[in-house]
Amino acid sequence: MLEIKQLVKKYKTGDVAINGVDLKVEKGQVMALIGPSGAGKSTLIRCVNRLETPTSGEIWLNGENIVKLRSGKLRKARRNMGMIFQEYALVERLTVMENVLSGRLGYVGFWRSYLRKFPQADIQAAFKLLEKVGLEKMFNKRADELSGGQRQRVGIARALIQNPDILLVDEPTASLDPKTSRQIMRLITELCVEQQLAAIINIHDVALAQMFAERIVGLRDGRIVYDGSPDDLKPDVLTEIYGEEDWTAVRKRKAKTGPVSEIEDESISEEHMAELM
Amino acid sequence: MSIEPTSPNSGVSELQSAALPESWSPPPLIKNPLLRWGLLLGLVLYLYLSVGSLEVNWNRIYEGLDRGAKFVYGFMNPNFAERWTDISEGMIESLVMTVTSTAIGIAISIPIGFGAASNLAPLPVYLFCRGIIALSRSFQEIIVAILFVAIFGFGPLAGVLTLSFATIGFLSKLLAEDIESIDKSQAEAVKATGSPWWQWINFGIQPQIMPRLIGLSLYRLDINFRESAVVGLVGAGGIGATLNTAFDRYEYDTAAAILILIIGIVMLSEYISGYIRAGVQ
Repeated sequence: MLEIKQLVKKYKTGDVAINGVDLKVEKGQVMALIGPSGAGKSTLIRCVNRLETPTSGEIWLNGENIVKLRSGKLRKARRNMGMIFQEYALVERLTVMENVLSGRLGYVGFWRSYLRKFPQADIQAAFKLLEKVGLEKMFNKRADELSGGQRQRVGIARALIQNPDILLVDEPTASLDPKTSRQIMRLITELCVEQQLAAIINIHDVALAQMFAERIVGLRDGRIVYDGSPDDLKPDVLTEIYGEEDWTAVRKRKAKTGPVSEIEDESISEEHMAELM
Repeated sequence: MSIEPTSPNSGVSELQSAALPESWSPPPLIKNPLLRWGLLLGLVLYLYLSVGSLEVNWNRIYEGLDRGAKFVYGFMNPNFAERWTDISEGMIESLVMTVTSTAIGIAISIPIGFGAASNLAPLPVYLFCRGIIALSRSFQEIIVAILFVAIFGFGPLAGVLTLSFATIGFLSKLLAEDIESIDKSQAEAVKATGSPWWQWINFGIQPQIMPRLIGLSLYRLDINFRESAVVGLVGAGGIGATLNTAFDRYEYDTAAAILILIIGIVMLSEYISGYIRAGVQ
Protein backbone atom coordinates (compact mmCIF):
# COMPACT_ATOMS: atom_id res chain seq x y z
CA MET A 1 0.00 0.00 0.00
CA LEU A 2 2.80 2.37 0.95
CA GLU A 3 5.97 1.85 -0.98
CA ILE A 4 9.09 3.93 -0.60
CA LYS A 5 11.75 3.57 -3.29
CA GLN A 6 15.32 4.81 -3.04
CA LEU A 7 14.34 7.78 -0.90
CA VAL A 8 17.04 10.39 -0.30
CA LYS A 9 16.68 13.55 1.75
CA LYS A 10 19.55 15.99 1.86
CA TYR A 11 19.13 19.16 3.89
CA LYS A 12 20.35 22.52 2.65
CA THR A 13 23.09 22.34 5.25
CA GLY A 14 24.48 19.30 3.41
CA ASP A 15 23.39 16.80 6.05
CA VAL A 16 22.05 13.61 4.52
CA ALA A 17 19.12 12.54 6.70
CA ILE A 18 17.82 9.72 4.51
CA ASN A 19 20.25 7.89 2.30
CA GLY A 20 18.50 5.51 -0.06
CA VAL A 21 15.65 3.92 1.85
CA ASP A 22 13.44 1.20 0.35
CA LEU A 23 10.43 0.27 2.42
CA LYS A 24 7.07 -1.37 1.87
CA VAL A 25 4.23 -1.27 4.38
CA GLU A 26 1.16 -3.41 3.83
CA LYS A 27 -2.41 -2.60 4.74
CA GLY A 28 -3.05 -3.11 8.45
CA GLN A 29 0.60 -3.58 9.34
CA VAL A 30 1.93 -1.86 12.46
CA MET A 31 5.58 -1.14 11.99
CA ALA A 32 7.94 0.41 14.48
CA LEU A 33 10.84 2.47 13.21
CA ILE A 34 13.70 2.49 15.71
CA GLY A 35 17.12 4.03 15.65
CA PRO A 36 19.31 6.56 17.45
CA SER A 37 18.55 10.27 17.50
CA GLY A 38 19.43 11.78 14.16
CA ALA A 39 19.07 8.52 12.26
CA GLY A 40 16.38 10.07 10.08
CA LYS A 41 13.23 8.54 11.62
CA SER A 42 11.33 11.83 11.80
CA THR A 43 12.55 12.94 8.41
CA LEU A 44 11.33 9.70 6.86
CA ILE A 45 7.72 10.07 7.99
CA ARG A 46 7.77 13.80 7.35
CA CYS A 47 8.80 13.03 3.78
CA VAL A 48 5.84 10.68 3.41
CA ASN A 49 3.47 13.47 4.43
CA ARG A 50 5.54 15.95 2.41
CA LEU A 51 6.11 18.24 5.37
CA GLU A 52 9.63 17.79 3.99
CA THR A 53 10.31 17.53 0.29
CA PRO A 54 12.49 14.54 -0.57
CA THR A 55 15.64 15.20 -2.57
CA SER A 56 15.08 12.13 -4.75
CA GLY A 57 13.23 8.83 -4.78
CA GLU A 58 9.60 7.82 -4.94
CA ILE A 59 6.86 7.39 -2.37
CA TRP A 60 3.83 5.48 -3.61
CA LEU A 61 0.59 5.55 -1.65
CA ASN A 62 -2.50 3.98 -3.21
CA GLY A 63 -0.94 4.08 -6.65
CA GLU A 64 0.07 7.75 -6.50
CA ASN A 65 3.62 9.03 -6.35
CA ILE A 66 3.44 11.55 -3.51
CA VAL A 67 6.79 13.09 -4.33
CA LYS A 68 5.36 14.40 -7.61
CA LEU A 69 2.15 15.90 -6.20
CA ARG A 70 1.52 19.64 -5.96
CA SER A 71 -0.86 21.88 -3.96
CA GLY A 72 -4.41 20.60 -4.47
CA LYS A 73 -3.50 16.98 -5.18
CA LEU A 74 -0.99 16.97 -2.36
CA ARG A 75 -3.69 18.14 0.07
CA LYS A 76 -5.96 15.33 -1.11
CA ALA A 77 -3.17 12.80 -0.57
CA ARG A 78 -2.48 14.21 2.90
CA ARG A 79 -6.09 13.55 3.90
CA ASN A 80 -5.30 9.83 3.66
CA MET A 81 -2.41 10.08 6.11
CA GLY A 82 -3.07 10.66 9.78
CA MET A 83 -0.19 12.14 11.72
CA ILE A 84 0.46 11.91 15.43
CA PHE A 85 3.20 14.07 16.90
CA GLN A 86 5.65 13.84 19.76
CA GLU A 87 4.60 17.04 21.53
CA TYR A 88 0.98 16.35 20.51
CA ALA A 89 0.91 19.52 18.32
CA LEU A 90 -2.65 20.36 19.30
CA VAL A 91 -3.74 23.92 18.64
CA GLU A 92 -3.61 24.90 22.28
CA ARG A 93 -6.10 27.72 22.27
CA LEU A 94 -8.78 25.71 20.50
CA THR A 95 -11.17 23.32 22.23
CA VAL A 96 -10.77 19.56 22.14
CA MET A 97 -13.68 19.37 19.70
CA GLU A 98 -12.17 21.96 17.36
CA ASN A 99 -8.88 20.10 17.44
CA VAL A 100 -10.54 16.81 16.55
CA LEU A 101 -12.66 18.41 13.84
CA SER A 102 -9.58 20.05 12.33
CA GLY A 103 -8.87 16.56 11.00
CA ARG A 104 -11.83 17.11 8.64
CA LEU A 105 -10.61 20.44 7.23
CA GLY A 106 -9.57 18.79 3.99
CA TYR A 107 -13.20 17.80 3.37
CA VAL A 108 -15.13 20.83 4.65
CA GLY A 109 -15.54 24.19 2.94
CA PHE A 110 -14.09 27.41 4.33
CA TRP A 111 -17.24 29.03 5.67
CA ARG A 112 -18.52 25.86 7.31
CA SER A 113 -15.24 25.44 9.16
CA TYR A 114 -14.91 29.17 9.88
CA LEU A 115 -18.35 29.26 11.47
CA ARG A 116 -17.68 25.86 13.10
CA LYS A 117 -20.76 24.44 11.40
CA PHE A 118 -19.27 21.06 10.55
CA PRO A 119 -21.47 18.41 8.91
CA GLN A 120 -23.42 16.35 11.42
CA ALA A 121 -21.66 13.16 10.34
CA ASP A 122 -18.30 14.69 11.24
CA ILE A 123 -19.52 15.79 14.64
CA GLN A 124 -20.96 12.37 15.37
CA ALA A 125 -17.68 10.78 14.28
CA ALA A 126 -15.79 13.16 16.55
CA PHE A 127 -17.93 12.25 19.56
CA LYS A 128 -17.52 8.56 18.80
CA LEU A 129 -13.75 8.88 18.58
CA LEU A 130 -13.55 10.95 21.75
CA GLU A 131 -15.49 8.22 23.50
CA LYS A 132 -13.09 5.63 22.12
CA VAL A 133 -10.06 7.48 23.47
CA GLY A 134 -11.84 8.10 26.76
CA LEU A 135 -12.36 11.85 26.53
CA GLU A 136 -16.09 12.00 25.76
CA LYS A 137 -16.71 14.52 28.54
CA MET A 138 -13.83 16.82 27.62
CA PHE A 139 -15.02 18.09 24.25
CA ASN A 140 -15.40 21.72 25.32
CA LYS A 141 -12.13 21.91 27.27
CA ARG A 142 -9.35 23.94 25.79
CA ALA A 143 -6.44 21.78 24.62
CA ASP A 144 -3.98 23.51 26.95
CA GLU A 145 -6.02 22.44 29.96
CA LEU A 146 -5.34 18.76 29.32
CA SER A 147 -2.57 16.53 30.64
CA GLY A 148 0.04 15.05 28.30
CA GLY A 149 -1.70 11.71 27.96
CA GLN A 150 -5.05 13.34 27.32
CA ARG A 151 -3.53 15.62 24.69
CA GLN A 152 -2.05 12.68 22.87
CA ARG A 153 -5.47 11.00 22.91
CA VAL A 154 -6.92 14.09 21.24
CA GLY A 155 -4.05 13.89 18.74
CA ILE A 156 -5.02 10.29 17.99
CA ALA A 157 -8.67 11.25 17.54
CA ARG A 158 -7.67 14.07 15.19
CA ALA A 159 -5.64 11.68 13.06
CA LEU A 160 -8.36 9.03 12.98
CA ILE A 161 -11.22 11.34 12.06
CA GLN A 162 -9.40 11.92 8.77
CA ASN A 163 -10.35 8.32 8.00
CA PRO A 164 -6.80 7.66 6.84
CA ASP A 165 -5.24 4.62 5.21
CA ILE A 166 -2.03 5.00 7.15
CA LEU A 167 -0.94 6.51 10.43
CA LEU A 168 2.40 8.30 10.63
CA VAL A 169 3.34 8.45 14.27
CA ASP A 170 6.37 10.44 15.44
CA GLU A 171 7.64 9.52 18.92
CA PRO A 172 4.16 9.34 20.44
CA THR A 173 5.39 8.51 23.92
CA ALA A 174 8.57 10.56 24.22
CA SER A 175 6.94 13.15 26.47
CA LEU A 176 4.85 10.73 28.50
CA ASP A 177 5.37 8.71 31.67
CA PRO A 178 5.87 4.93 31.34
CA LYS A 179 2.32 3.95 32.22
CA THR A 180 0.72 6.50 29.91
CA SER A 181 3.20 5.53 27.20
CA ARG A 182 1.96 1.96 27.28
CA GLN A 183 -1.66 3.03 27.28
CA ILE A 184 -1.10 5.30 24.30
CA MET A 185 0.80 2.63 22.38
CA ARG A 186 -1.89 0.07 23.17
CA LEU A 187 -4.58 2.48 22.00
CA ILE A 188 -2.79 3.23 18.75
CA THR A 189 -2.11 -0.41 17.92
CA GLU A 190 -5.62 -1.54 18.87
CA LEU A 191 -7.18 1.12 16.69
CA CYS A 192 -4.92 0.12 13.82
CA VAL A 193 -6.01 -3.49 14.08
CA GLU A 194 -9.67 -2.52 14.43
CA GLN A 195 -9.68 -0.28 11.38
CA GLN A 196 -7.13 -2.22 9.32
CA LEU A 197 -4.79 0.78 9.34
CA ALA A 198 -1.16 0.62 8.45
CA ALA A 199 1.12 2.52 10.80
CA ILE A 200 4.71 3.68 10.90
CA ILE A 201 5.58 4.43 14.49
CA ASN A 202 8.86 6.20 15.25
CA ILE A 203 9.92 5.26 18.69
CA HIS A 204 13.19 5.19 20.55
CA ASP A 205 11.97 3.00 23.39
CA VAL A 206 12.98 -0.43 22.09
CA ALA A 207 11.05 -2.30 24.76
CA LEU A 208 7.83 -0.53 23.83
CA ALA A 209 8.45 -1.16 20.15
CA GLN A 210 8.92 -4.88 20.78
CA MET A 211 5.83 -5.01 22.91
CA PHE A 212 3.43 -3.44 20.44
CA ALA A 213 4.73 -3.65 16.88
CA GLU A 214 4.54 -6.69 14.62
CA ARG A 215 7.47 -5.54 12.54
CA ILE A 216 10.57 -3.55 13.43
CA VAL A 217 12.72 -1.55 11.08
CA GLY A 218 16.03 -0.22 12.35
CA LEU A 219 17.43 2.96 10.87
CA ARG A 220 21.00 4.15 11.25
CA ASP A 221 22.56 7.13 9.49
CA GLY A 222 19.66 7.29 7.06
CA ARG A 223 19.86 3.64 6.00
CA ILE A 224 17.80 0.61 6.96
CA VAL A 225 20.01 -1.80 8.90
CA TYR A 226 17.35 -4.12 10.27
CA ASP A 227 13.94 -5.23 9.05
CA GLY A 228 12.29 -8.10 10.80
CA SER A 229 10.26 -9.39 13.70
CA PRO A 230 10.52 -7.94 17.23
CA ASP A 231 11.71 -11.28 18.57
CA ASP A 232 14.87 -11.27 16.48
CA LEU A 233 16.13 -8.02 17.99
CA LYS A 234 19.22 -9.58 19.58
CA PRO A 235 22.10 -7.65 21.15
CA ASP A 236 24.15 -7.85 17.96
CA VAL A 237 21.26 -6.31 16.00
CA LEU A 238 20.89 -3.51 18.53
CA THR A 239 24.61 -2.87 18.26
CA GLU A 240 24.17 -2.68 14.50
CA ILE A 241 21.45 -0.06 14.95
CA TYR A 242 22.65 1.97 17.90
CA GLY A 243 26.35 1.22 18.17
CA GLU A 244 28.42 -0.55 20.81
CA GLU A 245 26.74 -0.95 24.18
CA ASP A 246 26.31 -3.66 26.76
CA TRP A 247 22.85 -4.80 25.65
CA THR A 248 22.77 -7.69 28.07
CA ALA A 249 22.96 -5.42 31.10
CA VAL A 250 19.29 -5.92 31.88
CA ARG A 251 19.62 -9.66 31.91
CA LYS A 252 22.79 -9.60 33.99
CA ARG A 253 21.12 -7.37 36.53
CA LYS A 254 18.17 -9.71 36.72
CA ALA A 255 20.46 -12.68 37.24
CA LYS A 256 22.49 -10.94 39.94
CA THR A 257 19.63 -9.83 42.14
CA GLY A 258 18.27 -13.27 42.80
CA PRO A 259 14.85 -12.71 44.38
CA VAL A 260 13.86 -10.10 41.80
CA SER A 261 14.18 -12.61 39.00
CA GLU A 262 11.17 -14.46 40.34
CA ILE A 263 9.01 -11.53 39.47
CA GLU A 264 7.69 -11.35 35.93
CA ASP A 265 9.40 -9.18 33.31
CA GLU A 266 6.41 -6.85 33.25
CA SER A 267 7.12 -5.62 36.75
CA ILE A 268 10.59 -4.32 36.00
CA SER A 269 10.25 -0.59 35.91
CA GLU A 270 9.88 0.73 32.43
CA GLU A 271 12.34 3.54 33.07
CA HIS A 272 15.00 0.96 33.73
CA MET A 273 14.18 -0.89 30.58
CA ALA A 274 14.30 2.26 28.54
CA GLU A 275 17.48 3.42 30.19
CA LEU A 276 19.31 0.17 29.75
CA MET A 277 18.08 -0.90 26.37
CA MET B 1 48.08 9.75 37.70
CA SER B 2 45.49 8.62 35.24
CA ILE B 3 41.93 7.71 36.12
CA GLU B 4 40.63 4.35 35.06
CA PRO B 5 37.28 4.53 33.28
CA THR B 6 34.83 2.95 35.68
CA SER B 7 31.72 2.67 33.58
CA PRO B 8 31.75 0.26 30.65
CA ASN B 9 30.03 2.67 28.27
CA SER B 10 32.32 5.67 28.67
CA GLY B 11 33.10 6.30 25.05
CA VAL B 12 34.41 9.80 25.83
CA SER B 13 38.14 9.92 26.40
CA GLU B 14 39.09 11.05 29.89
CA LEU B 15 40.99 14.33 30.26
CA GLN B 16 44.21 14.36 32.22
CA SER B 17 43.60 16.18 35.48
CA ALA B 18 46.92 18.05 35.19
CA ALA B 19 45.73 19.91 32.08
CA LEU B 20 42.60 21.36 33.72
CA PRO B 21 42.64 25.16 34.25
CA GLU B 22 42.60 26.63 37.76
CA SER B 23 40.22 29.55 37.23
CA TRP B 24 37.52 30.74 34.86
CA SER B 25 35.98 34.03 33.80
CA PRO B 26 33.27 34.57 31.16
CA PRO B 27 34.51 35.30 27.63
CA PRO B 28 34.23 39.03 26.79
CA LEU B 29 31.62 40.27 24.30
CA ILE B 30 34.29 41.90 22.12
CA LYS B 31 37.42 39.79 21.87
CA ASN B 32 39.98 42.43 20.91
CA PRO B 33 40.91 44.32 24.13
CA LEU B 34 42.09 47.40 22.22
CA LEU B 35 38.73 47.67 20.42
CA ARG B 36 36.80 46.92 23.62
CA TRP B 37 38.42 49.64 25.71
CA GLY B 38 38.65 52.04 22.76
CA LEU B 39 34.90 51.84 22.16
CA LEU B 40 34.12 52.39 25.83
CA LEU B 41 36.47 55.37 26.07
CA GLY B 42 35.07 56.87 22.85
CA LEU B 43 31.52 56.57 24.17
CA VAL B 44 32.37 58.29 27.46
CA LEU B 45 34.18 61.08 25.61
CA TYR B 46 31.27 61.57 23.22
CA LEU B 47 28.77 61.78 26.08
CA TYR B 48 30.96 64.30 27.91
CA LEU B 49 31.27 66.51 24.83
CA SER B 50 27.58 66.34 23.99
CA VAL B 51 26.52 67.33 27.48
CA GLY B 52 29.05 70.17 27.28
CA SER B 53 27.59 71.38 23.98
CA LEU B 54 24.17 72.05 25.52
CA GLU B 55 24.02 75.79 26.11
CA VAL B 56 22.18 76.58 29.28
CA ASN B 57 20.92 80.13 29.58
CA TRP B 58 20.18 80.56 33.27
CA ASN B 59 18.65 84.02 32.81
CA ARG B 60 16.17 82.69 30.32
CA ILE B 61 15.25 79.85 32.65
CA TYR B 62 14.71 82.31 35.48
CA GLU B 63 12.29 84.31 33.37
CA GLY B 64 10.62 81.18 32.10
CA LEU B 65 9.95 79.94 35.61
CA ASP B 66 7.38 82.69 35.89
CA ARG B 67 5.50 81.45 32.84
CA GLY B 68 5.82 77.89 34.06
CA ALA B 69 4.32 78.92 37.36
CA LYS B 70 1.35 80.46 35.53
CA PHE B 71 0.89 77.20 33.67
CA VAL B 72 1.05 75.17 36.84
CA TYR B 73 -1.30 77.61 38.54
CA GLY B 74 -3.74 77.19 35.64
CA PHE B 75 -3.47 73.47 36.11
CA MET B 76 -4.40 73.85 39.75
CA ASN B 77 -7.56 75.64 38.69
CA PRO B 78 -8.83 73.86 35.62
CA ASN B 79 -11.75 75.62 34.02
CA PHE B 80 -14.14 73.20 32.41
CA ALA B 81 -17.09 75.58 32.27
CA GLU B 82 -15.99 78.59 30.25
CA ARG B 83 -15.28 76.77 26.96
CA TRP B 84 -17.31 73.64 27.66
CA THR B 85 -19.04 73.60 24.25
CA ASP B 86 -15.66 73.76 22.46
CA ILE B 87 -14.17 71.15 24.74
CA SER B 88 -17.02 68.67 24.39
CA GLU B 89 -17.18 69.09 20.63
CA GLY B 90 -13.44 68.57 20.37
CA MET B 91 -13.56 65.53 22.62
CA ILE B 92 -16.35 63.91 20.67
CA GLU B 93 -14.54 64.61 17.42
CA SER B 94 -11.36 63.11 18.84
CA LEU B 95 -13.16 59.99 20.01
CA VAL B 96 -14.81 59.56 16.62
CA MET B 97 -11.42 60.02 14.93
CA THR B 98 -9.84 57.50 17.30
CA VAL B 99 -12.37 54.74 16.79
CA THR B 100 -12.61 55.25 13.02
CA SER B 101 -8.87 55.39 12.44
CA THR B 102 -8.21 52.39 14.67
CA ALA B 103 -10.85 50.32 12.88
CA ILE B 104 -9.54 51.28 9.44
CA GLY B 105 -5.97 50.75 10.60
CA ILE B 106 -6.67 47.26 11.97
CA ALA B 107 -8.55 46.23 8.83
CA ILE B 108 -5.58 47.19 6.67
CA SER B 109 -2.94 45.96 9.12
CA ILE B 110 -4.11 42.35 9.33
CA PRO B 111 -3.47 41.42 5.67
CA ILE B 112 -0.25 43.44 5.64
CA GLY B 113 0.86 41.76 8.87
CA PHE B 114 0.30 38.30 7.36
CA GLY B 115 2.14 39.37 4.22
CA ALA B 116 5.05 40.65 6.29
CA ALA B 117 5.50 37.38 8.18
CA SER B 118 8.47 35.60 6.65
CA ASN B 119 7.17 32.15 7.59
CA LEU B 120 3.93 32.63 5.62
CA ALA B 121 4.52 34.98 2.71
CA PRO B 122 6.57 34.37 -0.43
CA LEU B 123 9.52 36.72 -0.79
CA PRO B 124 8.01 39.36 -3.14
CA VAL B 125 4.90 39.73 -0.96
CA TYR B 126 7.08 39.85 2.13
CA LEU B 127 9.26 42.63 0.73
CA PHE B 128 6.26 44.63 -0.46
CA CYS B 129 4.52 44.48 2.92
CA ARG B 130 7.72 45.19 4.84
CA GLY B 131 8.16 48.20 2.54
CA ILE B 132 4.74 49.56 3.47
CA ILE B 133 5.53 49.08 7.14
CA ALA B 134 8.88 50.82 6.82
CA LEU B 135 7.23 53.72 4.99
CA SER B 136 4.58 54.08 7.64
CA ARG B 137 7.06 53.89 10.48
CA SER B 138 9.57 56.32 9.04
CA PHE B 139 7.19 59.29 9.10
CA GLN B 140 6.18 60.79 12.38
CA GLU B 141 2.45 61.48 12.81
CA ILE B 142 2.93 65.27 12.78
CA ILE B 143 4.67 65.20 9.40
CA VAL B 144 2.02 62.93 7.90
CA ALA B 145 -0.70 65.13 9.40
CA ILE B 146 0.81 68.26 7.84
CA LEU B 147 0.89 66.48 4.46
CA PHE B 148 -2.72 65.29 4.75
CA VAL B 149 -3.91 68.71 5.94
CA ALA B 150 -2.23 70.18 2.87
CA ILE B 151 -4.04 67.67 0.65
CA PHE B 152 -7.46 67.36 2.31
CA GLY B 153 -7.69 70.66 4.15
CA PHE B 154 -8.24 71.32 7.85
CA GLY B 155 -10.48 68.96 9.76
CA PRO B 156 -10.87 65.47 11.10
CA LEU B 157 -10.57 63.68 7.72
CA ALA B 158 -6.87 64.51 7.59
CA GLY B 159 -6.58 63.35 11.20
CA VAL B 160 -8.33 60.03 10.60
CA LEU B 161 -6.11 59.30 7.60
CA THR B 162 -2.98 60.21 9.55
CA LEU B 163 -3.83 57.95 12.46
CA SER B 164 -4.88 55.07 10.19
CA PHE B 165 -1.58 55.37 8.37
CA ALA B 166 0.38 55.35 11.60
CA THR B 167 -1.63 52.37 12.90
CA ILE B 168 -0.56 50.28 9.91
CA GLY B 169 3.12 50.66 10.68
CA PHE B 170 2.64 49.82 14.32
CA LEU B 171 0.13 47.00 14.17
CA SER B 172 1.37 45.19 11.04
CA LYS B 173 4.93 45.09 12.29
CA LEU B 174 4.08 43.70 15.71
CA LEU B 175 1.49 41.31 14.26
CA ALA B 176 4.02 40.02 11.73
CA GLU B 177 6.52 39.43 14.50
CA ASP B 178 3.93 37.53 16.50
CA ILE B 179 3.08 35.36 13.48
CA GLU B 180 6.77 34.67 12.96
CA SER B 181 7.11 33.40 16.52
CA ILE B 182 4.12 31.05 16.56
CA ASP B 183 4.52 27.41 17.55
CA LYS B 184 5.33 25.84 14.20
CA SER B 185 4.24 22.35 15.17
CA GLN B 186 0.64 23.40 15.83
CA ALA B 187 0.38 24.95 12.38
CA GLU B 188 2.14 21.96 10.84
CA ALA B 189 -0.29 19.52 12.42
CA VAL B 190 -3.24 21.33 10.86
CA LYS B 191 -1.48 21.41 7.50
CA ALA B 192 -0.78 17.67 7.79
CA THR B 193 -4.51 16.93 7.83
CA GLY B 194 -4.73 18.16 4.24
CA SER B 195 -6.32 21.47 5.16
CA PRO B 196 -6.60 24.14 2.43
CA TRP B 197 -4.74 27.42 2.99
CA TRP B 198 -7.53 29.62 4.37
CA GLN B 199 -8.66 26.94 6.79
CA TRP B 200 -5.08 26.37 7.81
CA ILE B 201 -4.78 30.07 8.69
CA ASN B 202 -8.09 29.96 10.54
CA PHE B 203 -7.30 26.84 12.60
CA GLY B 204 -3.52 26.70 12.77
CA ILE B 205 -2.41 30.34 12.95
CA GLN B 206 -5.28 32.58 14.05
CA PRO B 207 -5.85 31.01 17.48
CA GLN B 208 -2.20 31.49 18.30
CA ILE B 209 -2.07 35.20 17.46
CA MET B 210 -5.53 36.28 18.65
CA PRO B 211 -4.59 37.40 22.20
CA ARG B 212 -1.76 39.53 20.89
CA LEU B 213 -3.89 40.99 18.10
CA ILE B 214 -6.58 42.01 20.56
CA GLY B 215 -4.05 43.40 23.02
CA LEU B 216 -2.24 45.41 20.36
CA SER B 217 -5.49 46.76 18.91
CA LEU B 218 -6.60 48.02 22.31
CA TYR B 219 -3.19 49.53 22.91
CA ARG B 220 -3.31 51.24 19.54
CA LEU B 221 -6.79 52.63 20.33
CA ASP B 222 -5.21 54.23 23.33
CA ILE B 223 -2.28 55.63 21.36
CA ASN B 224 -4.58 56.95 18.64
CA PHE B 225 -6.60 58.88 21.18
CA ARG B 226 -3.48 60.56 22.55
CA GLU B 227 -2.17 61.18 19.04
CA SER B 228 -5.49 62.69 18.02
CA ALA B 229 -4.73 65.48 20.47
CA VAL B 230 -1.30 65.97 18.91
CA VAL B 231 -2.31 65.95 15.25
CA GLY B 232 -4.99 68.51 16.13
CA LEU B 233 -2.22 70.96 16.86
CA VAL B 234 -1.41 71.10 13.14
CA GLY B 235 -5.04 71.41 12.11
CA ALA B 236 -6.09 67.81 11.66
CA GLY B 237 -9.20 68.16 13.84
CA GLY B 238 -10.11 66.77 17.23
CA ILE B 239 -9.41 67.95 20.74
CA GLY B 240 -5.94 69.06 19.67
CA ALA B 241 -7.44 71.96 17.77
CA THR B 242 -9.32 73.09 20.89
CA LEU B 243 -6.17 72.68 22.95
CA ASN B 244 -4.18 74.73 20.45
CA THR B 245 -6.70 77.55 20.58
CA ALA B 246 -6.60 77.55 24.37
CA PHE B 247 -2.81 77.84 24.35
CA ASP B 248 -2.92 80.60 21.74
CA ARG B 249 -5.23 82.59 23.98
CA TYR B 250 -3.07 81.93 27.05
CA GLU B 251 -6.13 80.27 28.62
CA TYR B 252 -4.10 77.84 30.68
CA ASP B 253 -7.06 76.96 32.88
CA THR B 254 -9.02 75.70 29.85
CA ALA B 255 -5.93 73.93 28.50
CA ALA B 256 -5.54 72.27 31.88
CA ALA B 257 -9.16 71.11 31.78
CA ILE B 258 -8.55 69.54 28.37
CA LEU B 259 -5.34 67.83 29.46
CA ILE B 260 -7.02 66.45 32.57
CA LEU B 261 -9.81 65.03 30.42
CA ILE B 262 -7.28 63.42 28.08
CA ILE B 263 -5.41 61.87 31.00
CA GLY B 264 -8.68 60.64 32.48
CA ILE B 265 -9.82 59.02 29.26
CA VAL B 266 -6.43 57.41 28.65
CA MET B 267 -6.43 55.99 32.18
CA LEU B 268 -9.96 54.72 31.79
CA SER B 269 -9.14 53.03 28.49
CA GLU B 270 -6.00 51.54 30.05
CA TYR B 271 -8.11 50.05 32.80
CA ILE B 272 -10.71 48.66 30.39
CA SER B 273 -8.14 47.24 28.00
CA GLY B 274 -6.27 45.58 30.86
CA TYR B 275 -9.51 43.96 31.89
CA ILE B 276 -10.23 42.74 28.35
CA ARG B 277 -6.68 41.51 27.81
CA ALA B 278 -6.82 39.44 30.99
CA GLY B 279 -10.02 37.87 29.67
CA VAL B 280 -8.62 36.74 26.32
CA GLN B 281 -5.47 35.00 27.57
